[in-house]
Parts: sequence; C-alpha cells; structure tokens
Amino acid sequence: MNAPTKRIQRFTFAVATAAAILTCFPGCSDPSVEAEQAGSPTVATVNYPLAYFAERIGGDHLVVEFPQIDGDPAFWEPKTEHIVACQQADLMLLNGANYAKWVPKVSLAQAKLVNTSADLAEKLIPLNDEVTHTHGPGGEHAHGDTAFTTWLDPQLATEQAAAIRDAFVAKWPQHEADFDSGYQALAADLEALDAATTAAFVKYGDAPLLGSHPVYQYLARRYGLKLKSVHWEPDAAPDEAMWNELDAIVSSHSAGVMLWEGEPLAETREKLAAKGIKSIVFDPCGNRPEAGDYLGVMEKNIANLGDGE
Amino acid sequence: MRDLLYMAWRYLAYHRIKTIILILSITLIVFLPAGLKILVGQSARSLTLRAESTPLIIGAKGSPLELVLNSLYFESDTPPQITFAESQRVTDSKLATAIPLYTRFSAHKFPIIGTTLDYFDFRELTIAEGRWMAVLGECALGSEVAASLDLGVGDSIVSSPESVFDLAGVYPLKMKIVGVLASNDSADDRGIFVDLKTTWIIQGLAHGHQDLATPEAASGVLKRDGNVVTANASVMQFTEITADNMDSFHFHGDPSGFPITAVIAAPHSDKAATLLRGQYLGDDELEQIVRPATVMRDLLATILTVQNYVIAGAMAIGLSALMTASLVFMLSLRLRKREIETMHRIGSAKVRVTVLLSLEIIIVLVTGILLAALLTLLASQFGEGLIRVFI
Repeated sequence: MNAPTKRIQRFTFAVATAAAILTCFPGCSDPSVEAEQAGSPTVATVNYPLAYFAERIGGDHLVVEFPQIDGDPAFWEPKTEHIVACQQADLMLLNGANYAKWVPKVSLAQAKLVNTSADLAEKLIPLNDEVTHTHGPGGEHAHGDTAFTTWLDPQLATEQAAAIRDAFVAKWPQHEADFDSGYQALAADLEALDAATTAAFVKYGDAPLLGSHPVYQYLARRYGLKLKSVHWEPDAAPDEAMWNELDAIVSSHSAGVMLWEGEPLAETREKLAAKGIKSIVFDPCGNRPEAGDYLGVMEKNIANLGDGE
Repeated sequence: MRDLLYMAWRYLAYHRIKTIILILSITLIVFLPAGLKILVGQSARSLTLRAESTPLIIGAKGSPLELVLNSLYFESDTPPQITFAESQRVTDSKLATAIPLYTRFSAHKFPIIGTTLDYFDFRELTIAEGRWMAVLGECALGSEVAASLDLGVGDSIVSSPESVFDLAGVYPLKMKIVGVLASNDSADDRGIFVDLKTTWIIQGLAHGHQDLATPEAASGVLKRDGNVVTANASVMQFTEITADNMDSFHFHGDPSGFPITAVIAAPHSDKAATLLRGQYLGDDELEQIVRPATVMRDLLATILTVQNYVIAGAMAIGLSALMTASLVFMLSLRLRKREIETMHRIGSAKVRVTVLLSLEIIIVLVTGILLAALLTLLASQFGEGLIRVFI
C-alpha cells in the first residue's frame, strides 16, 4: 500500500472516530429527558404555599419557580431579574387579597396571571386599621386593606388549589388527568390538615389568644378563635410602647397564649411567660421552609399547639 | 438594416430634447395606470394584513374607522375613552384574551402606547436590544423611534405635555428606555411602549409622593384626623420613577374605572368570537366591537372606487398624450419633407425611407415602454417601503 493511500485511510479513520465520539456524547444522557426538561413549562408563584400546591398538582409536567426570598414574600421587593423571570414563565400564580404588593407595579402579561382567590372575594377579610390619606383627585385612600394569609384556612387553600388545577388544565389540557389526580391527593391532605387543626384548637375552647403579628385572621375565623394581634417580630425585642400596647390589650383580653410566626427571642418569651402568656410558634409558612414542606410545617404547628396545652 | 438603425439612432440623438420628451411621455402614459394599480394593491395588502391579524377591537361607540386606525396604526385622533373595566369584562368572559390599549399620549411626536405584555406576544414582537419593560416608568422603543431619536437602552425619554398652556394638565414623565424592539415593518416600529399603568401615571391617576407620615413631609400636611392625613398642594410629587421612590407610587381610585382607548380581543375560538360579539349588540351598550378586517375592507372598497376613477382619468390623459405624440410625429414628417426628398434623390428606395422613419418611432415607443416597465418593477419592489412612510 503506497503512502497517499495510507494517509487517506488514516484520515478516513480519524473522521469516522470523531463522528462516532460526537454522536456518542449526546447519547450518554437521555436526549428525550433533556428535551423534556428543557421544554417543560414554568409556573411562577408569589409565595411558598402556592408553589407547594402547584408542585403537587403539576407533578413532573411543570417546573415551579419560587425564588429564594429573605423575609416575608408578601412584602418582598423583587429585583429586575426576578421580574424578567416572572415575565418568561408560562403562568404566574397570584395569591390575590392584595398579597405581593409588588405585582401591580410591574409589567406582566395579564393572560398568564392566575388570581387563585378570584372566586373567594366574599370570603376575604377586610382590614380597617390602615392609615388613610387624602390629596388631589380621588379623595381619601389607603394602600392596603385585605388580610392575605388565606391559606391558613385549609378550606380556602383547597379552593385556591382548585383554581390552580383549573388554570393548569386550561393551559395544558393534555395533562388533565394527572393534574386532577394531583389535586385530589392535595385536597385530601388539606382536609386531613383541617381536621387535625380543628382538633388541636378544640383544647383552647373560647380562651382568648394573642397573635404576635396580624396574620392569623383566616385561621381565627376558620377555627373560631378569639384572637387579637400586636405587631411584633420574632427576631426583635419589643420596646416599651409595644409592651404597654400588649398590657392594654390583655387588660380586656386576658390571653394565656401568643401565636408566633417564628421562634421568639428567649428574652421576649421569658418576659411573656412572666405575664402568664405562653409563646407558641404557628408558622404561616409564607416562605419556603429550610427543611420539610408545607404540610410538614403545618403538622409541626399542630404539634406546637398540643405542647401549649 | 444596421445602417438604418444607425441613421435612426443618429437622428434621435441629434434631436435629443424632442426625443427625451417623447420617451418620457410614452413612459408616463404606460406607467401611470400600471404603477397606480400596483401601489394601491400593495397599500391594500399592508392595510388588510395587520387588520386581519387583529380579530376584534372594542372601543367607545363612534367612528369604527377612527377606532381601528388608532388601535392598529396609532394614527388618527384619539378615539373616545372607555374604562379598563371593559378589558376586565373580556377577560372575565373567558372568551378571549384582552389586550388593553391607551394611546392618548406622545413623546417627540411618536405615540406612547400603554398596554400589557400580552400585546407583544399577540403581535409576535421581539426585543433587539435590552428587555421588555419590567416596572413602572420603563419603556421599550420601536426600532424607528430609536433610530430617529438616536436613543437606546439606558437613555431616557420624556412624555410630551398635551398643551403648553394647560398648567394643571398632565405632568411630563421621564421614562427609562430598557429595550428596543426588532423592526417588524409595521406601525409598532413607530411606537413607544409602556405598561398601561405608566400611562395612568402620566395622566396623574397614579402617582408617587413623599410619605406623609415622615417628618420631612410635615409642611405638606394640611390636617391629621386619626388615621386620615390630608395633604396640601405643596406635597412633592415625583416626575421620574426610580428604585427609591417606586414604593410611593399608588393609584387613586379603582383602576377598573381608569381610561383606555381600546381593547384588542383575541378570541379562543370562532365560537368564542361570535359569543363575544353578541355581548355588544344591546342598545344600551356604550361600547362597540368591530372586526378590523371588515372595517378596512370597507375603507379599501372606497379607495378602489377612487382608484378606478383615477385610472380612467390617467388613461384619458394618456390617450390625449398619445394623440399629441402622433401629431408630433406627423408634423415632424412634414418638417422633414426636404430631407426625405434628398434621401430619394441620392438613391434611397421609398421602402427604406419608410422603414427608417418607422424605426425612429419604434425606438421611441420601445424605450418609453421599457422605462415604464422598469418603473413598474421598482414600484413593486420598493412601493411597500414608500407606503409604510405614508400609512
């Protein structure tokens, strides 16, 4: 065999080997899986409960996006990149009830927005303690006027989940059966949660309760709680005025238990205990928990109520 | 034959002024009806294409043509306003996607189009540079606006006051440019797109101001009565929306009562379109729903009628010009009587002289027709660009 022929053979071998390697590499991962993941529709949410419901209902068909938020998502102020991510989502789930006050101030495609409490308008709890002001045309107005932790009433949460299921089915009808089965399982869990929470609060009867923050309106209504709230933060020590406010409330509302969104400072807990008020953590779970999921947090809340007997 | 052609050419070249006038006359006689037909045809296509891609438009009762021209091309006077509730009504009907439009304001003579991001999906518009507007006070420019004003991402544009004498009127709002749209050869290239809420801020229906609870705003407080704070006119209102003052922006009143000029409705099906149209048939309806394609077809029918008159007129003028040209040729023969006799005397056959004179006429006619064909070709190639300038 002469030299040119050998060179041609070597070249042909090299090309064939390179082609084989190039075609092998994509095959090393499952192309269909990659395509599925790359093309999966995305759903953005404004809080963790909605993200949890969406994950349960959407299953593997959807990618649910809820950003890491430091603090309460209700008062979160998203950066531009978060807004752009929301714009690119196929659907965006809103809690309604004036939750996530940033939503009306940003540009989002209306056709992609799903207000999960749109059909709950008559069940929403109005707030009456907002500072109002008046100037210019339009007269007196306030900047927020509805209690928004709707999901703390499991029955409302179930209706919100149904709205999510309906929106998913309308958008991706080919997965209707899977969405419905995901919803049914979630609804069953929420029903069980409702029953367990009812049982947990039975122990407290008509006893007056305190909320460290005004976020328990729907919980109080659902379980018939006599609950009044102050504006305290778990990670901040109340000042003198706040203690005085508490004393004023307790003088006519002799509560023995205060519900907290998170673990209060030891100093605050002790000072409350000295006043005969036991601190119990009942986490509304508006933000993604560090461990576990929505149901896990709610079960822990119920366990905490048991401990507070 | 070549010698005859050469002699005819030399004659025409010698009498170049007369030849040019004759050729141009022939060119215009042939081109005018053909070119007019092509341009009108292209105009019709341009007009109907955008109209046909817009299923339904809802607006205040009045001129359907004004509503359609304003909603499709952002031209003509601003139609009477309707409220945002009409957009919500379409959404609530679940029959169509509602895309509100508010086209009352302008900046540097380019229309400011207040809408939602649904508009860009609906028109299949894409961003060439930057991103879509994300927060209040941001805008995305059409490609022609960006090129004309030499503006790009990071620059700002200020809305124009409606009247320099209206001191109590709308405040100019400085808007941040965050995106430039890719050209799509439509009216969108000449638009400044903002969120609908930003147009309401321009109108003063939503605004930001100092926090009246802070000590700095004390001078702006007229009175405090429990939770009610009444401010006086000295409260500083913001004319630019920044990250620092964004939170202070709020709406006065219920946004469902705020103004828009039209709603583009994209029905989910033909049946949904019919049902939606049926909802606006009541005598007590203050709004009308129109099919832009139908409105534009009616407009085109009028234009085509006018076109027929124009073409008939052009043909009459052409005929008279042709007769004048014939007269010129005949008079020319009479003037050249001695020249023709000379050709006979030096031995030219009568047939050759006739062929020579015919060739001169044929060269003029063929050149005129070729020029007309070239102009027609140019009109068909570049007519749409010209039309876009005028439509």
